[in-house]
Amino acid sequence: MQVTEIGHNSKVEGGVIHTQLDTAIGWCRKNSLWPMPMGLACCAIELMAAGASRFDISRFGSEVMRFSPRQSDVMIVAGTVTYKMATVVRRIYEQMTEPKWVIAMGACASTGGMYRSYAVLQGVDNIIPVDVYVAGCPPRPEALLDAMIKLQAQVAKEPALSLQKRVA
Amino acid sequence: MSANEFAKQLKTRFAELLSEPVEFRGETTLVVAEAERIAEIGLFCKKELGFDYLVDVSSLDNYGTDPRWTVVYHLYGYGHHCHLRLKTDVSEEKSELPTVTSVWRTADWHEREIYDMMGIRFRGHPDLRRILMWEGYPYFPLRKDFPLAGKPTELPEVAFTKPAPLEGGPFVTIAGGNSTITREPRVRNPDPDSVDKEKK
Repeated sequence: MQVTEIGHNSKVEGGVIHTQLDTAIGWCRKNSLWPMPMGLACCAIELMAAGASRFDISRFGSEVMRFSPRQSDVMIVAGTVTYKMATVVRRIYEQMTEPKWVIAMGACASTGGMYRSYAVLQGVDNIIPVDVYVAGCPPRPEALLDAMIKLQAQVAKEPALSLQKRVA
Repeated sequence: MSANEFAKQLKTRFAELLSEPVEFRGETTLVVAEAERIAEIGLFCKKELGFDYLVDVSSLDNYGTDPRWTVVYHLYGYGHHCHLRLKTDVSEEKSELPTVTSVWRTADWHEREIYDMMGIRFRGHPDLRRILMWEGYPYFPLRKDFPLAGKPTELPEVAFTKPAPLEGGPFVTIAGGNSTITREPRVRNPDPDSVDKEKK
């Protein structure tokens, strides 16, 4: 099922909005994506910069970094995922409540990056489903914000009412 | 006093155990003949010579030669600002030497790291567990015969590893190769047989 984005012309329609419920829920969700900052390496520094005043992730409704997985919507995996950490990342992802999304930030989280060794997981998509990959080593905050905007576009079009099943 | 003078004092005290001090680029190194007595020598260095800081303990894998392991102790004295390096060999069959945690407490984690990465055990260590990899990981990943890509392991509910794809991957140097072609860093999949072959 394809859900359209919400559109509203106040001059024509006044104070009344005619839309689908799916679309309305998607519109609410996309403007309040609370991130779970999974900061594992240097990408986390850029993630902090994205949250600070110069880049200000709150312009996109994502300023509420939640260190509790129960209260967060999108996990930003920022950094190198070692095998020792991999099961922890998976566990935290499983503790997040539906609906939930994942951004793989940077080369390491996306593919293992330059660490091709016995210790590093070759991409976090081996253990959890990833919605947006961000290139860069580390990516600049603008790149993360762009990923956030792309994720918002995706969230807005997701059918919210039909049962979501997201199993890795 | 310079590091060389300290080395000479150490040599006078343990004459039969130590090699002549070697100085290279301003760094003094002594080889300890018997790894079993490293703690005793360490205690003398700390109490009598003032080497109160153990900077690092590291280990070498001389793969293919006997004895296979070399354990290296880097000492420093805050009182006299001198560095001293002690080296000692350990055979592969034994793979064990006494701990120096009784002399320098900082040796605790250094020795755990060597145990974790190389599999050399330290007798008398208060808590000899793995420090970087998890309990139950079956290999010692910094040994020369361990493949760079890693090996598959599975410890349900705790951790797992898979070999990393190495095609076009990290650049590997082969130390001691005869030609520059073998010595310079190239894309390689270093299994132990090919390393031996390329050295010849």
